[in-house]
Amino acid sequence: MRAARLTVVTAVATAAALTAVTGCTEKSKGDGDAAIKVTAADAKCETSTKSVPAGQVTLNIENTGSKATEVEILFPDDRIVSEKENIGSGTKYTLTAEVKAGEYEIACRPGMKGHGVRQKLTVTGSGAVAKRNPKLDKAVAEYREYAQEQADATIPKVETFVKAIKAGDLKAAQDAYAPSRVGWERTEPIAESFGDIDPKTDTRADGLEKGQKWTGWHALEKALWQDKKIGADQKTLADQLLTDLKDWQKRVGKAVITPTSMANGAKELLDEVATGKVTGEEDRYSHTDLSDFKANVEGAQKAYELLKPVAQTNDKALTTELDKQFAALDTTLDKYRTDKTSDGFVSYDKVTEEQRKELSDAVNALAEPLSKLAAAVVK
Amino acid sequence: MTDTQEAATPEAADSQAPSRRSLLGWGGAGLALGAAAAGGAVAMARVGNDVDPTAAETGAAVAFHGANQAGIATPVQDRLHFAAFDVQTDDRAEFVRMLKDWTAAARRMTAGKAVGEGAYGGLAEAPPDDTGEALGLKPSRLTLTIGFGPSLFEKFGLKDQRPEALVDLPQFPGDALDKTRTGGDLCIQACADDPQVAVHAIRNLARIGFGKVVIRWSQLGFGKTSSTTPDAQTPRNLMGFKDGTRNIAGTETDRLKKFVWVGDGDGPEWMTGGSYLVARRIRMHIETWDRTSLQEQEDIFGRDKGEGAPVGKAKEHDAPFLKAMKPDAHVRLAHPDSNNGITILRRGYSFTDGTDGLGRLEAGLFFLAYQRDVRKGFIPLQRSLSAKDALNEYIQHVGSAVFAVPPGVRDKDDWWGSTLFSKEA
Repeated sequence: MRAARLTVVTAVATAAALTAVTGCTEKSKGDGDAAIKVTAADAKCETSTKSVPAGQVTLNIENTGSKATEVEILFPDDRIVSEKENIGSGTKYTLTAEVKAGEYEIACRPGMKGHGVRQKLTVTGSGAVAKRNPKLDKAVAEYREYAQEQADATIPKVETFVKAIKAGDLKAAQDAYAPSRVGWERTEPIAESFGDIDPKTDTRADGLEKGQKWTGWHALEKALWQDKKIGADQKTLADQLLTDLKDWQKRVGKAVITPTSMANGAKELLDEVATGKVTGEEDRYSHTDLSDFKANVEGAQKAYELLKPVAQTNDKALTTELDKQFAALDTTLDKYRTDKTSDGFVSYDKVTEEQRKELSDAVNALAEPLSKLAAAVVK
Repeated sequence: MTDTQEAATPEAADSQAPSRRSLLGWGGAGLALGAAAAGGAVAMARVGNDVDPTAAETGAAVAFHGANQAGIATPVQDRLHFAAFDVQTDDRAEFVRMLKDWTAAARRMTAGKAVGEGAYGGLAEAPPDDTGEALGLKPSRLTLTIGFGPSLFEKFGLKDQRPEALVDLPQFPGDALDKTRTGGDLCIQACADDPQVAVHAIRNLARIGFGKVVIRWSQLGFGKTSSTTPDAQTPRNLMGFKDGTRNIAGTETDRLKKFVWVGDGDGPEWMTGGSYLVARRIRMHIETWDRTSLQEQEDIFGRDKGEGAPVGKAKEHDAPFLKAMKPDAHVRLAHPDSNNGITILRRGYSFTDGTDGLGRLEAGLFFLAYQRDVRKGFIPLQRSLSAKDALNEYIQHVGSAVFAVPPGVRDKDDWWGSTLFSKEA
């Protein structure tokens, strides 16, 4: 039990050390000893070797396909060691990275999206990155993919929101507000892990530090619901929000995600619900708290479902309880849908104190066992 | 989300095995004292025949096991945290498991130990079993007492087990009950000499209960208003008067048997050795009371303010001459002689929950009374008081609950509610 935990801890520490030293060069350096020739086409990704010694690894990339591509060296959990985006059709690029011994993958993503075409890469030598339970690597990789999908799907919704604001259409902007937040709320712990994006996009009026300019969703929320007007400032804020969220979208692939951070992230999403949504503080002007509430729970559930195969082996009673409490909370939330088919929820100012207590009780009933998930994963 | 900086270092992971809180100094001695007293029906921290006046200072432990639950006849501790819970689960087996988990936690906490694997030293990735704020504190005579409300018997197929004596309290004149402070499927009374020990106990039981039960309401009490130790100084309530002068003492085995404990044949069988608890949150109109003349205050109570002596008498413990008091004097109306001998064991606490929106103290008496049968205890008594008591001008009953308090946990294999839940549904 303890040994397994040490493995994870070591792996994480080593992985972090690695990111600090990787990088890519702009100029071609020619063929070194450890150079790998990567031929990226529209449907394939060929590599000249599957094994190189640890140290500086060079990829000589040629895009023979018709679309621009992206080539990455990936950890087993899909975190990016090093990458080059936007390699044009028919062009070459040399990517170098300092890589420690371990198992990796090289991914070509024609059209710069999707799972891409993968090749294994073994980096040999001492000081290897300790291996983690492959099931956990899979869980992390799938969670990262989920987070990326959420970010990708969020951008068009934010664009709709921004467009409405720039058109000065109050009603359309109000309608687009809650949907624009769903993908963000589902994966909020990842966004928060970057440190600098969340304060720009999701700060509430009371969360501002002295001298901090209020930007992001909630500044717009206040304008749309309380002040009920859209001016030049709001249009600038809307553009800024889109820019900041595109930055988030680009960085999801590099987020440090571990099985423990996934489990704790799930718990943190419930904490968000318990301290911000149940009280109605999060969306105090629009009262769309239940939409955020639902998204937080969905994101927590996704992380849980991915970790469940491992957690179930270690603590069956816990996963049984979590299944039950997720279902119970869903049932409770469903009562507040405006109609059974839509994603809309009733305005939170219409939810009585008694109903809020019922929601709060359901959140507590789930969050308490969820706080034990991380331990069940690393056991 | 946690990143690597927050991950445990290998050294930390390799640290010593989960450590349990060891009993510190007096705690150990207290345990021994508690064990010595546990032979009798009433567990008390005592030395010889005299209640140890320094018990509060020594922080002794009160025995958890016994024929009756501790926290009733036990000498009244200084502080209270009382919580009423509602049941969330409809799974009887899960509820019983929780009662067993609660019992195990209560057994440890009353002995001054931390819950489960303790508050530190366990897996770095998991929240500790115990919340930690009672670490290093003495057992502080903590008692934990469980009760089952009438609404519990609507669940789990318990309908036939509801005691006849567990009646729903009638509406009394002047009641202004707030439903968010009224009722509950079950209750835990936590009494201790250290408020942090009492709060820690409720907090940890609530945590164990998440998913099975939820807190409906809870009440802190900061000062005892009754004593079950007649030799000790009678405490005063927030009106400044001595309260509970004639209360049943923990040593009065005969009166306890007659008025407090459910006896053989009282029925139902599972309640034998138990008792019935009435809890009332009584708000005092402190500011208007304070403007009342001394004469009127003393007339209302029927005792003098300084000594606490009944009207016309010199000493607090002198037998009162009821007819010398005004017909609506509190002591006269509440006295057993005015109520065909009705006697209840009072264990109330003063509370002050800050101030209300008008700047008045949100204060009063959290009245707790134990009795053998509510129909022959609190109900007739309160009928009389609510109709006539001169004190009613200055008080208002704003919360109310009644509970069947099962007998004690007999030994380490027994658990709260075993006599009720061991029966087939």
